[in-house]
Amino acid sequence: MDNLDILVGEAQAAFAAISDPDALEQAKARYLGKSGQITELLKGLGKLPADEKKAAGAAINRAKEAVEAALNARREAIRQAALEARLAEEALDVTLPGRAEVRGGLHPVTRTLERIEALFRSIGFEVADGPEIEADFQNFTALNTPEDHPARSMHDTFYLQDESGKVAEGVLLRTHTSPIQARYMQAHVAKYGHLERMPEIRIIAPGRVYRVDSDATHSPMFHQVEGLWVGEGVSFADLKGVVADFLRRFFESDDLKVRFRPSFFPFTEPSAEIDVAFMSGPLEGRWLEIAGCGMVHPNVLRIAGIDPEKYTGFAFGFGPDRLTMLRYGVNDLRLFFEGDLRFLRQFV
Amino acid sequence: MKFSESWLRTLVDPQLSSEELSHLLTMAGLEVEELDPVAPAFHNVVIARVLEVTKHPDADRLNVCRVDMGEGEPRTIVCGAPNVAVGLRVPCALPGAVLPGGFTIKVAKVRGIESSGMLCSAKELGIAEDASGLLILPEDAPVGKDVRAYLDLDDRLFTLKLTPNRADCLSLTGIAREVAAITGTHASFPEVPEVPASIDKRRDIVLDAPAACPLYCGRVISGVDAKAPTPDWMKLRLERSGIRSISALVDVTNYVMLELGQPLHAFDNHSLDGAIHARMAKPGEKLLLLNEQTIGLDADVLMIADDSKPLAMAGIMGGEESGITIETTELFLESAFFAPGAIAGRARRYGFGSDASHRFERGVDFGGARRAIERATRLIVDICGGQAGPVVEAAAELPRRAPVRLRTSRATRVLGMTFTADAIAALFQGLGLSFVREGDDFLVTPPSWRFDIEIEEDLIEEIARLHGYDNIPAPAPLGALAMMPQTEGERPLQRIRQVLVDRGYQEVVNFAFVEEAWEKDFAANGNPIRLANPIASQMAVMRSNLFGGLVANLVTNLRRKQGRVRLFETGRCFHRDAQGGPVDGFRQPWRLAGLAYGSALPEGWGRDGRKVDFYDLKGDLEALLAPLPLRFEKAVHPALHPGRSARLVMEGREIGCIGELHPQWVQKYDLPAAPVVFEIDLEAAKAAHLPAYAEVSKFPPVVRDLAIVVDQGLELQRLLDGLRGKVPAIVQDIQLFDVYAGKGVAENKKSLAFRIVMQDTQRTLQDSEVDAAVQQLMAYLEQEFAAQLRA
Repeated sequence: MDNLDILVGEAQAAFAAISDPDALEQAKARYLGKSGQITELLKGLGKLPADEKKAAGAAINRAKEAVEAALNARREAIRQAALEARLAEEALDVTLPGRAEVRGGLHPVTRTLERIEALFRSIGFEVADGPEIEADFQNFTALNTPEDHPARSMHDTFYLQDESGKVAEGVLLRTHTSPIQARYMQAHVAKYGHLERMPEIRIIAPGRVYRVDSDATHSPMFHQVEGLWVGEGVSFADLKGVVADFLRRFFESDDLKVRFRPSFFPFTEPSAEIDVAFMSGPLEGRWLEIAGCGMVHPNVLRIAGIDPEKYTGFAFGFGPDRLTMLRYGVNDLRLFFEGDLRFLRQFV
Repeated sequence: MKFSESWLRTLVDPQLSSEELSHLLTMAGLEVEELDPVAPAFHNVVIARVLEVTKHPDADRLNVCRVDMGEGEPRTIVCGAPNVAVGLRVPCALPGAVLPGGFTIKVAKVRGIESSGMLCSAKELGIAEDASGLLILPEDAPVGKDVRAYLDLDDRLFTLKLTPNRADCLSLTGIAREVAAITGTHASFPEVPEVPASIDKRRDIVLDAPAACPLYCGRVISGVDAKAPTPDWMKLRLERSGIRSISALVDVTNYVMLELGQPLHAFDNHSLDGAIHARMAKPGEKLLLLNEQTIGLDADVLMIADDSKPLAMAGIMGGEESGITIETTELFLESAFFAPGAIAGRARRYGFGSDASHRFERGVDFGGARRAIERATRLIVDICGGQAGPVVEAAAELPRRAPVRLRTSRATRVLGMTFTADAIAALFQGLGLSFVREGDDFLVTPPSWRFDIEIEEDLIEEIARLHGYDNIPAPAPLGALAMMPQTEGERPLQRIRQVLVDRGYQEVVNFAFVEEAWEKDFAANGNPIRLANPIASQMAVMRSNLFGGLVANLVTNLRRKQGRVRLFETGRCFHRDAQGGPVDGFRQPWRLAGLAYGSALPEGWGRDGRKVDFYDLKGDLEALLAPLPLRFEKAVHPALHPGRSARLVMEGREIGCIGELHPQWVQKYDLPAAPVVFEIDLEAAKAAHLPAYAEVSKFPPVVRDLAIVVDQGLELQRLLDGLRGKVPAIVQDIQLFDVYAGKGVAENKKSLAFRIVMQDTQRTLQDSEVDAAVQQLMAYLEQEFAAQLRA
């Protein structure tokens, strides 16, 4: 029996010394192959006397199992080592930059407009749109701005040429987004005017507007957002509530100070100018003019076909360019329209 | 409107600081734009009288002065000013005084002589730029008195930014009235007694255009000394209102305008001929104005004329030839009311304006013309002497002040807070509005100086203003809740923008007016919509597509060393179109355009650095518009390379184009390589389909590859279109996975390799039917497109 133990010990030692899978299989043959030592011993059993056969067979089989176990353990160890070697070899520098497309970005004013739209949608305002080459009637007359009003002068308004080169009659580049409210009210009346009670109008109207003006704080094209709420019993207090709520949400500042002071616009009465003051930051404590607003002038309602005795409403107009400048600390309006990627990428 | 606070306080003097007053004015709608001190801070400067002046023994330019400060014992002060002289009264800074700039005065030896103070120039006190010598004070200036008090240097200057409806506040009287109303303080206005006529000289007045000029008062003042100096108090008030003193007669007219709001005009009476007419300009009439400009007058300009010639543009500017000069001895003084509609816009049309036109076009108190002419006469006679003739007044129908009804309930409803009728009555009384009460209604008759109270809302604004906008609550509003529509068949614009952003595009916003050349180059548009009054030639025409702006953005960014540029813009484009709307004659579609230039992927390690090409942008568009059925058809576009451009067609409608920029524009705009651009109709991009379910097969698909050789010029789309309807039912998908031309493929031929996916929803496919399907396809391709199976 000692011989068998020695044989097993030998096989174990031989396997342990091998790290190549082919060599291991060759070494296996020496013990378990057709003429391997264990196989030979099993073949020799036949020659033993019957009474020894059983015990000797059992002993040899135990030895065989031990060799097989040693072989399998070594196989597994070698496979594991190979896997580990491969994994090590395949390792990446995970700190190299990714290879995908980099994201572009929205224009900062679009960012602002999207936030404004989302805030007003959350209290049931729809978004309305209108033409930029606008009828003189919608831009001025429908908004209670009479013929000789200073706002109609060549100084403020861009006019167009007709095909013969003369100043085209009755059209202009809209000077504000307010004609959208005029158009919307007219359409609303056309749709619901026959009803005993028309549904409320709650819209905001963002868009590009044009004025003959160009310097560090004025651009000949800029953005406005018009807002309009018309219904039964809509009041100046409601206007204050909505606008103050909007400004605090927009600037995400509950302690933002908002004040309303009397002003004048032809299409609202009473009219107000809205100022805000921040409680921190570089502009802390300064009143900044931020919007105009007021109760829709009865003439404006009347022109649209709405009875001002029954319905009242408010309108406001914000400058999203200015809101964007205040929100992100941009100090020159012209940057918005230059298409400089070094500027625009800051808002990705 | 600029004015001195101390002048205002002579009329109304609320117990408020300047800052408090300023805040109240702003919150009442008279926005205080600026509040400035008239002089910087300094103290301990008194009026001194120079008693003796002797040359400094050791300095040529210095004098040693003995000055009286009203202290009894005169002081010795060394002075370098060239104009120092015995008897002058000048400001003297005492030891301990701190002058503007923090300069402290001490007793000091100047070249060996002790000087106990400093005589000051206007500049040293920070009240004027004049540093040439001492500030010489009037001979009656009280010696020893504090200079700040004497010159009223603690006064503050208010600058109001008035809205056009509040012309009544373009005078000290108007502002005082307003301050009285908002502070509840009593305002007292000076009595203006009539100046009785002491001579008979007079001119008749004829109102030829009574609607434009319904009231005209005029009087002759004879024997005036136009050279008489303007009193200092008047000069000071004018200067502090931003008006330069010119001569006593001019100063008086300006002063009365500031005080009462009534613009006046003085003619040299000797230059007038016969009666005074207020009439419209005659055809071809010309006038040389006081500003030395000669203008041709339009028929809608109101004129003041005499029997033989035009004299002045009424309410706007006087004529040079009839104006007063320093030699004038007899004048004709005008105080009139011109209707705002007759003045508005006229001055602007000629490119100028005046203090008078500014007031008349907004509305001047027609009840105050008489008072103003009496006030001016009194001042002229007091300052320049002379005798006044009778006031001749011609009057027609003045603006009507119809009573306006205010309902207390309406005010409450519009403002959203409850007002009682008594509270409203108190507010109206404070404003000086006269009214009749009918229960809770008020019938308010607006005063002659208010041109902005015509309807109930105007009175509601007055109530809100006086109550204070800040004192109206700002509750969360109540409204009927109704859900907003969520249209699934339309993609929101935000989503479209976001797809492009995610694919690396940066949004830009460009001007809608562009250079005329861009329209020619990028749209072949020789007849663009031109602006009548562009601010610059590169912003002269309306764009009909968005390419010009994007190419310009590329140029800008390349100049700033940005080598990889991907941009997009959404904006309206403008076309003449007789069928267009909603504004007749124009179509103004929203368009979405993109541009890509430089490497296909951001520069970096492990990339091939391939440049972006047509197919990259095509892929972006396909991703943007998926799953809408989109076709690309070869097309020519003025902006694009004719061999590398396509039109986009969706459901039979052309919705846009894509391509490489035309080489001639690449060259003209000095680009190192061609960008790829696209533009599509934004409405089309918004279209979306509602998903519809189709059964998913439980049986395995069979995939076969098929490589064919066809003519080089055969468009894939033609082949795919040809296959439509010819494909066996089990074919689910045919994907092109390789295109090859070159070695192994005959010249002018190309190889196309397709992966054909076959499947049935009901059963597993048999090899035989799969083979038959592929053969059927191949037979068709062979027959229609002369396709050969690739060897």
